[in-house]
Parts: sequence; structure tokens; C-alpha cells
Amino acid sequence: MNEYFCDFMRTVNELQTIATQVRRDILRMVYAVKSGHPGGSLGCADFLTALYFKYMKHNPSKFELTGNQEDVFFLSNGHISPVFYSVLARSGYFPVPEMATFRKLNTRLQGHPTTHEGLPGVRVASGSLGQGISVAAGLALEKKLNNDNSTVWVLTGDGELQEGQIWEAVMFSKHYKIDNMIVTVDFNQKQIDGSTGDIMGITELSSKFLAFGWEVLEMDGNDWNSMDTVIPQAQAKLGQGKPIVIIMKTEMGQGVDFMMGTHAWHGKAPSEEQMNNAMAQLPVTELGDY
Amino acid sequence: MRKFEILGSKDTRSGFGAGLLEAGQADENVVALCADLTGSLMMDAFKDAFPTRFLQAGIAEANMMGVAAGLAIGGKVPFTGTFANFSTGRVYDQIRQSIAYSNTNVKIAASHAGLTLGEDGATHQILEDIGLMKMLPGMTVINPCDYNQTKAATIAIAKMNGPVYLRFGRPKWPVFISEDTPFIIGKALMLNEGTDVSIFATGHLVWKAIEAGHILAEKGISAEIINIHTIKPLDVEAVIASAKKTGCVVTAEEHQMNGGLGDSIAQLLALKMPTPLEMVAVNDSFGESGTPDELLVKYHLDSQDVADAALRAIARKV
Repeated sequence: MNEYFCDFMRTVNELQTIATQVRRDILRMVYAVKSGHPGGSLGCADFLTALYFKYMKHNPSKFELTGNQEDVFFLSNGHISPVFYSVLARSGYFPVPEMATFRKLNTRLQGHPTTHEGLPGVRVASGSLGQGISVAAGLALEKKLNNDNSTVWVLTGDGELQEGQIWEAVMFSKHYKIDNMIVTVDFNQKQIDGSTGDIMGITELSSKFLAFGWEVLEMDGNDWNSMDTVIPQAQAKLGQGKPIVIIMKTEMGQGVDFMMGTHAWHGKAPSEEQMNNAMAQLPVTELGDY
Repeated sequence: MRKFEILGSKDTRSGFGAGLLEAGQADENVVALCADLTGSLMMDAFKDAFPTRFLQAGIAEANMMGVAAGLAIGGKVPFTGTFANFSTGRVYDQIRQSIAYSNTNVKIAASHAGLTLGEDGATHQILEDIGLMKMLPGMTVINPCDYNQTKAATIAIAKMNGPVYLRFGRPKWPVFISEDTPFIIGKALMLNEGTDVSIFATGHLVWKAIEAGHILAEKGISAEIINIHTIKPLDVEAVIASAKKTGCVVTAEEHQMNGGLGDSIAQLLALKMPTPLEMVAVNDSFGESGTPDELLVKYHLDSQDVADAALRAIARKV
């Protein structure tokens, strides 16, 4: 008996199919309005598919803002809203066809995620970077106060770690032994203006988190075997007095050859020709386009 | 002019501390966070009564605001505590995105506001906070005038759903609002009915407005004195009704003219019922070190300044 939406038995093939459809959704949403952030969205498509369709115990059909007694996910790097919206719709938080309204006037699918229009699955606005770990830590503490044993997940960008508030939250989480939260850093080493190393080095990332007293794991966010190994390892470290971070290597633009290996697609929509090329690399799945 | 009995001399921050304790006793969902100023914010009683519901956030206000938002998402009623300066400007983007836009039920308790902080000087004497907070859609902005009203306001905001900015101060100040005066968010409090001029005052300046009322009464002038403790949402009906009755208006506050109570009332009257108006507020300047009384005199926020403004407003009546 499992009242939650999660399926630990889901196969890699099934996840791959969902992730391919999610990538199509991302590109179709961005292409339709000629704006949005496809690069990081494509890079995180596999990870968010794994979380929403395999690992998180959550309740898409009966969304409650409070997230009591269920696993909760926060997207701190709100600009990758296309991938967030796709996994939310595909897992049942809101109708799949609503993706066609992305970034359009009167939509619930705002450019960056918000609670303001009441989109199920979103619990806080994000987009101004650096705030997600603080909010997640707050909800994780709330769960502890309520003896609620579920987990709070939060995804941040790696460029986002340049924000000072991140390190306030990292210090706070250790101090309060927030061990019911798993932070994942999308370590694609790219940001709008270039590579993170060139813009503002965030070197020795594992050592930084270790020095703050966190449990640190590393994972390839575009490799199902790596995720199937490391995500359960992270979950096994819950409840042991330390906050947990997964430094997740991804490729910005993963799945579309000309979008990979560059920061150029951080926040740019493809042309018609590029779109046709990309769609040919991501054939429509049995799930169908929105 | 009605006589006001002075019931004591207490700081408004102590009213907050007492109100927070009572709110915590009434509702176990009330939690409190503080950025290394527990004693200054008078939060020790709450901390001692509910140690697991009190979170020391350290000197990291941005994170404190985010954590408060997260606690509120789950169903808690978090109060954040730090100086008004660090409760607003320092964390404006965190409040804007994670609290105001996300409509999280966070109560931002801001102490040591305004010039009456005194000797610490202008780095800490924020005079822009009301403006910053009232510009945020959905934010309720409250600036109570004495110990009893601050206590009552704290209890009242714990019961309402939505983000609130609660502003109070450091110095001991006359207590003149009775303990049993109900605090109704968004409702102006009539302190003295009059016919010649309407004085709308908030925070510590309410007492100065009352003193000004006595100065004016000696000249045979009947001042209507109204306490606007809730700057947003403004009690539009009360302001319009009084301005219509007296025909001229004075506003008084411990804040910049830009963005404060006077600015809200001037906007309302300009749009609905143009009326001669004079503002008692800081005129586009920072404060400085000094005693609260010295500073209020130097920056023209004293009772005589309120009375002089009333005379100017009356002279402008057509």
C-alpha cells in the first residue's frame, strides 16, 4: 500500500522515456515564446525525472502547500522553470496541456516559478538566486518540529553558490543538524557570462561543504546508474545529524548536441532550424507532446 | 482637549516581547527567530518559555528571512527579530521574493526604528523602512505608538494570515493607550475629536501629537488627533472623514517624508479630496548620534513642531 506517487521499481528505460519527453517539453515551451532557459533545464532533466518519478514520496493529485508528511522539492535556481514545469505536469500536478501557456499573459507558468498564480507543485517563488536552501531549511525544521519524517530536497545552480546567502544557509543547516534535507548542486560549471571558473571561481566545492560539516556525495546527473547509486546513498545518510549535499555533475544542454559544451544556451531560445534539429535528436515518446 | 493619563514609561520593544510571549502561549504554531539581538528585541521570555520554538539565526539576516518563509510554508507562524535597519534594507530581496510575493505568513518584527534609537547614530537609525515595506504588494505595515499598543498589535498579527512588518523602538516612552483598547488591524484609532485640524500620527510621534494638541488648545484651537497604527492598509474612510470635517491635515512620524505615513495620506487626499496638508517628518536626511529628545528637537519632530505645522495647515484653509 503506497498512497504516494513514487515508484522505486521504475526501470531505466521508463525513466529515459520520461526524460526524453521532458526534454521535448522544455524545448517546445521555450521555442513557443522565444524565451526561457533551456540549457540548465536540459542538464537537470534526468535528475528531476528520477526525483519526481522514482525517489520522492509525494502527492501530485492532492497538492498541499504545507507538504506535511510528504517529500518536498524546492527549485532554488528558478530560471530552469521549463524542466520543473514539465516534471510537475507529467507527474500529475497540473494538466499537461497547460505547458502551452508557459510565459504567456495570464499563465500560471510564469517565467520563474511562483505561488502567486497558484500553480500546484510550487511552494515558494524563486528566480532571485541564493534563497532556496534557506527556505528548504526552514521547512525541514518545521518537519522536525512536527515529527514529520519526510525529506526536503532542494536544487541550486553552481553559479548560484556565488551568492552569500547560500553560505549563511549552509552554516545554519549544520548548526541546527538539519539532516532531513538533501541539497543538490547542479555542477555544470557554466553561468550566463561564461564558465564558473572564469566568472567567479567556486573551486574545491566538496572541501567547502566538508569544512562546513556537511555530508558530501558526488554524482553524475546525466547517468542513471550513478543516480541509482548515489541518491539511495544520500537517503541512507538522512537522520544522522548532518545536512547532505550531492554535487551533481551535469552537462548544460544535455541531449541536444549543439547545445552541449557551451554556456550559450543558458537563456536563449533556438531558431526554427535549430529547433527542427533538436527535435530530431529527441524523438517523440509514447507519452506524447503536450 | 481630552486629558491622557500616563500609565507608565516603557519601551515599545518590551511591548513586543510581552505580546510575543502571549501569542506563543495562545498558539503553539508561533515560533520566533532572532539574528543575535535576543535581549535587544526583548525575546528572552519567549525563548525561555518555548526553547524548541526559538531559533537563534546568528548574524545572518538574509538566511533568517528565508528560513522563516520555509517555516511558514509548513504551517508555522514565524516572527523574525532584529533591528528595523536589518529587517528591511539588508534583506529586501529576500522579503520581496520569499515572503511578500510568495505570501508566506511571516511576521517581521523590527525594533530600534527611527531617530529615537539615539546614540548609535545614523547607521542604525533607519528612516526609510516604512516606505520600503509599504511598497511591497500584500505587505501589512504597522507602527504602534506605545507599550500597550505594541503588545496588542503583536498578538493581533499572530492571528492574521499574511506577511506583516511590525515597527517599534528602543527608548522608554509614555504609555497612554489603555490595556483594554482593542487593536484592530487597518482601523485608525480616534484619540481626540476636534474641529480645526486633523493630526494623523504614527509610532512615537503619537505622543508628540497629543502634546501638540494641548499647545493648540491653549490657543483655542481644537485639534482632532488620530492614531494611524496601520499604515498599510490605510484606513481610507477615517482619513477622508476627518479631513472633510476639519479641512486641513498634519501628518507626524519618525520617518522620511518620502515613503512614510505623510506620503500615503498626501497621495490619498490628492486623489480623492485635495486638502491643505503639512508633514512632520525627516526631510531627506540621515540622522546622527544624540539622545532621543535632542534628536527629535534637532530634526523638527517635537511637539512644538507638530503644533507649528497645525498652524500652517490651518492658515492654508481656503
